[in-house]
Amino acid sequence: MSDAPLTGPLIGRDRLWHPPAYTPGYKTSVTRAPSRALVAMGSTLSEETGPAFGRDMLGLNDNNLIINFTGQPAIGERIIMHGRVLDENARPVPGVLIEIWHANAGGRYRHKKDGYLAPLDPNFGGCGRTVSNADGAYEFLTIRPGAYPWPNGVNHWRPMHIHISVFGHGFGQRLITQMYFEGDPLIARCPIVNTIPSQAAIDALVAPLDMNASIPMDCLAYKFDIVLRGRRQTFFENRREGM
Amino acid sequence: MTQPLHQLKESPSQTAGPYVHIGLTPNALGIPGIYPEDLGLSPIREGAKGERITITGHVRDGAGMILRDALIESWQADAAGLFNSPSETRGKADPNVIGWARILADFDSGDWSLTTVKPGAVTLPQGGTMAPHIALWIVARGVNIGLQTRIYFEDEGEANAACPVLARIEHKARIPTLLAKKTGPGQYRFDIVLQGDDETVFFDL
Ligand SMILES: [Fe+3]
Repeated sequence: MSDAPLTGPLIGRDRLWHPPAYTPGYKTSVTRAPSRALVAMGSTLSEETGPAFGRDMLGLNDNNLIINFTGQPAIGERIIMHGRVLDENARPVPGVLIEIWHANAGGRYRHKKDGYLAPLDPNFGGCGRTVSNADGAYEFLTIRPGAYPWPNGVNHWRPMHIHISVFGHGFGQRLITQMYFEGDPLIARCPIVNTIPSQAAIDALVAPLDMNASIPMDCLAYKFDIVLRGRRQTFFENRREGM
Repeated sequence: MTQPLHQLKESPSQTAGPYVHIGLTPNALGIPGIYPEDLGLSPIREGAKGERITITGHVRDGAGMILRDALIESWQADAAGLFNSPSETRGKADPNVIGWARILADFDSGDWSLTTVKPGAVTLPQGGTMAPHIALWIVARGVNIGLQTRIYFEDEGEANAACPVLARIEHKARIPTLLAKKTGPGQYRFDIVLQGDDETVFFDL
């Protein structure tokens, strides 16, 4: 079995790899960042356990954002977003709930707070979900979201991106991130991207164009692997005191 | 040279942004028709064993503003301290306690509430017993990585004093930030403060 183990302590988060809480370039973080140090210890059962998500809970079109809102196709460049969910020990993680949401092809969200002048697409709702299969693989069919402006700075734009929520087997693996598209010149200019401290970590969120998975005369594909916290090997976990 | 380890780094976190509800609770936001219902509507089903409790609160920022865009997830054990999870090896949990919920701050007031059963203490396989608690994960615009905290209960003084997780908190004066205050029979209040003098304790677990 190559499947990631369901039990055992989680590997500690590398907090220097993730964005810190306080990132003044992303202004909203300034008053929402805890100022005290996090209280750290190894994971407990509350982080090592979590609810189970089965593929049987999914509707037929849950992972097809092109038609899952009205049944009529959304406008935009048709793309496949696909990849695998792996853990830090490079083992596939099946049964992971993956939920995505993104702007329409013009860069507009179906949300009352989004007043961007690009129009809503009557056939694009904006979200989809799936559960990774036995190989940890997942896929979505959607349209490529547009870039959009936001009022963080005078002329700040978000690169094209897809928001992704991932729920593995343990509550302590809970993660939200964003996928960016290879070659987008707005990535390097984005204050939210730049909350991430290193270029290597930023690169981990940029999906390459995947011509092998694209469908001729139909859609392009982008490959996006997701890595969740792994579990430590536990051979010596039950040793007695002093051994 | 050494042998390669073939290890990967966790995908770096990014903020959930202002539109997280489109993705996680589209029905609550007013986008019906994609999913029959939102996930995580309640942590319990009819017939769940244990004391019914309702916890109410809000999430406040360092400027004293109440967040109206926060999304919280909760995860807890059943009344006997067992988790309804494939990863639970200590026994079989109450099937009517799902244990997980998505909690939305009210879009106008920012108030949130969670109705559940009071969880039991959790005895750890490696020894020690965690006092009854509900684990929380909080995301919002401006939060770069989901915040982990826990609701403990002020009326569990003895269990709290013996909890190995609470014992990790060096600044004892901060422990009350994790204690839900009893406001009536089965009613508790738990406000989360992201930043400032009364900042809630957040964990790296
Ligand atoms: Fe966005």
